[in-house]
Amino acid sequence: MGDHVRGILKIAYKLLVNDRGKFTALLMGITFAVFLMIQVTSMFAGMMMKASATVANTGARVWVMDRAVNNVAGSIPLPDYVLDAVRSMPGVRYAVPFFSGGALARLRDGTYQAVTVIGLDDTSLYGRPLLVQGRIEDIYAENGFIVVADEELPKLGNPGIGAEFEINDHRGVIVGLAKVSASGLFGIPTLYTTLSRAIQYIPSMRYTMSYVLVEPTSAAAMPRIKEAVGALGYVALTEREFIDRITVFYKYRTGMGMNILIMTIISFIVGLSISGQTFYTFTLENLDRFGALKAIGAKRRELVSMILFQAGVTAAAGYGLGIGLCASLIALAKLRMPDYASVITFANLGIALGMVLVIAAVSSYIAVRKVLKIEPFEIFRS
Amino acid sequence: MTEDAIQAQGLSKWFGDGPSRKRAVSDVSLSAGFGEMLYIVGPSGSGKTTLLSMISGILRPDQGSVVVEGIDVWKLGDDRLADFRLRTVGFVFQDFHLFPRLTTLENVAIPLILRRHPWDEAMAEARRVLDVVGLGTHAELPPGKLSGGEQQRVAIARAVVSAPDVLIFDEPTASLDGDTGRKIVEFVKQRVLTAHRSVLIVTHDSRIFEYADRIVEMEDGRIVNIAKGVQRA
Repeated sequence: MGDHVRGILKIAYKLLVNDRGKFTALLMGITFAVFLMIQVTSMFAGMMMKASATVANTGARVWVMDRAVNNVAGSIPLPDYVLDAVRSMPGVRYAVPFFSGGALARLRDGTYQAVTVIGLDDTSLYGRPLLVQGRIEDIYAENGFIVVADEELPKLGNPGIGAEFEINDHRGVIVGLAKVSASGLFGIPTLYTTLSRAIQYIPSMRYTMSYVLVEPTSAAAMPRIKEAVGALGYVALTEREFIDRITVFYKYRTGMGMNILIMTIISFIVGLSISGQTFYTFTLENLDRFGALKAIGAKRRELVSMILFQAGVTAAAGYGLGIGLCASLIALAKLRMPDYASVITFANLGIALGMVLVIAAVSSYIAVRKVLKIEPFEIFRS
Repeated sequence: MTEDAIQAQGLSKWFGDGPSRKRAVSDVSLSAGFGEMLYIVGPSGSGKTTLLSMISGILRPDQGSVVVEGIDVWKLGDDRLADFRLRTVGFVFQDFHLFPRLTTLENVAIPLILRRHPWDEAMAEARRVLDVVGLGTHAELPPGKLSGGEQQRVAIARAVVSAPDVLIFDEPTASLDGDTGRKIVEFVKQRVLTAHRSVLIVTHDSRIFEYADRIVEMEDGRIVNIAKGVQRA
């Protein structure tokens, strides 16, 4: 950037920030809009992360399931032959059964608490969580369960190793505490045990296996596996595809996505209204001076660059402040409510950035039109 | 005065469309020399501001031509016309049109910034010119903190900072009391007008007529009289 452009932009910057009232109003408008947009979309992202927690925590590369399954909790049990068939497919290194189901745990004080029970393949324990207390082999001990030590743990009375509970009149004992990368969406504690024990403890239908987890020999084998599983009448999804399917389900089939979309649009409109109106007023107030600049010899592109720069500075500052505000409030909220479902992703930031750029573009377009239209002669006539 | 700095030939300008179309300036020819202080006077609506705007490259005439220092102004494209105004003409507007959010110094430096001078260099030159107009100590103040006369001097400083050969004043005393107005014009005559510069002033303030070298009187878009001004002793 040459000295000349720097000088003009410096003037534009000073015109903007020295009008503290309007600059503050502009910043507040964009900050508020960014805050709302990121807050709303990060809540959605947080909920989606929690909704896909089991998938992410398990870490399997491929999930085989009934075609009608659209979220982890809503699994449709698979017959045993599916496991055998998958194991015999070309491109499959290994395949294991996986159970995911809900139950009511009766605690020592006699109260009941809903829990998610994950049943791991007895032989491999594939998909097991990382233990923070206890030993993984103790899962084979009589009535052994591993509990996830997340924000839901207090709902089970903060059990330690050796704590007992009952599921459907079967005794359960905590043999380890684990940590996972994400907790579930519905605020329910999670227990891990072996598949055989899970099936034994939780009344099942004719078929007991929720999913078949597959490790392919290579990524290139995926199409063949998908095709072969499809021929069986089931579907094989990669981890990413399963998470996307869950997201699509919540987004389009629960009304949640539409609500988020409406909230995001409202935030956008609020931001656009406040910022557009303020920026327009700001330009209008300086219109005769822009006319004077034009008369003095400022070229159209110089005036346009001044306005675009002002809009850009405001947008960038408002964007940064909005992100900061949102991140701070989420951090604060998580201090008070550990299971608060909100996470700022690059996609959230991208959406907000896109919308802020639109707000800045619309605001500056209106201002640029006004400035370019003014005739220096009007300055003389006024 | 050695030669004509400005030559305007057969300038005409209409405003409006259809039945409301009105001729603001009608076939006006005018010249101004270097070192000359030329007044354009007349009642409101007589076309003096329109004439000044056409001469200074701000308002395109419907007919006629303007040649300033050998440049046929209205044959220039938009960018070169803007350049012409930036390099050749200095403007002092009736309401000054100073930026209230900039300091006095920054206001004065604007033409230099537009002329691609580095920031520090522009500020140094603007400060020097502010000293010339007697406002060096007010450099860091916003224009709003200055009196009307001081603001007028800031506007003059802004107009002359890039050393243009033609200076255009639009009603320079309209916003000032009589005494201040006279002092400003006297200052322009003594400190701003040089042998290489011509000053055109639109006014209907007869109290400053005494400083004019020539007075062009307009009425209904035409020049009705050109008279020699009366120098104060």
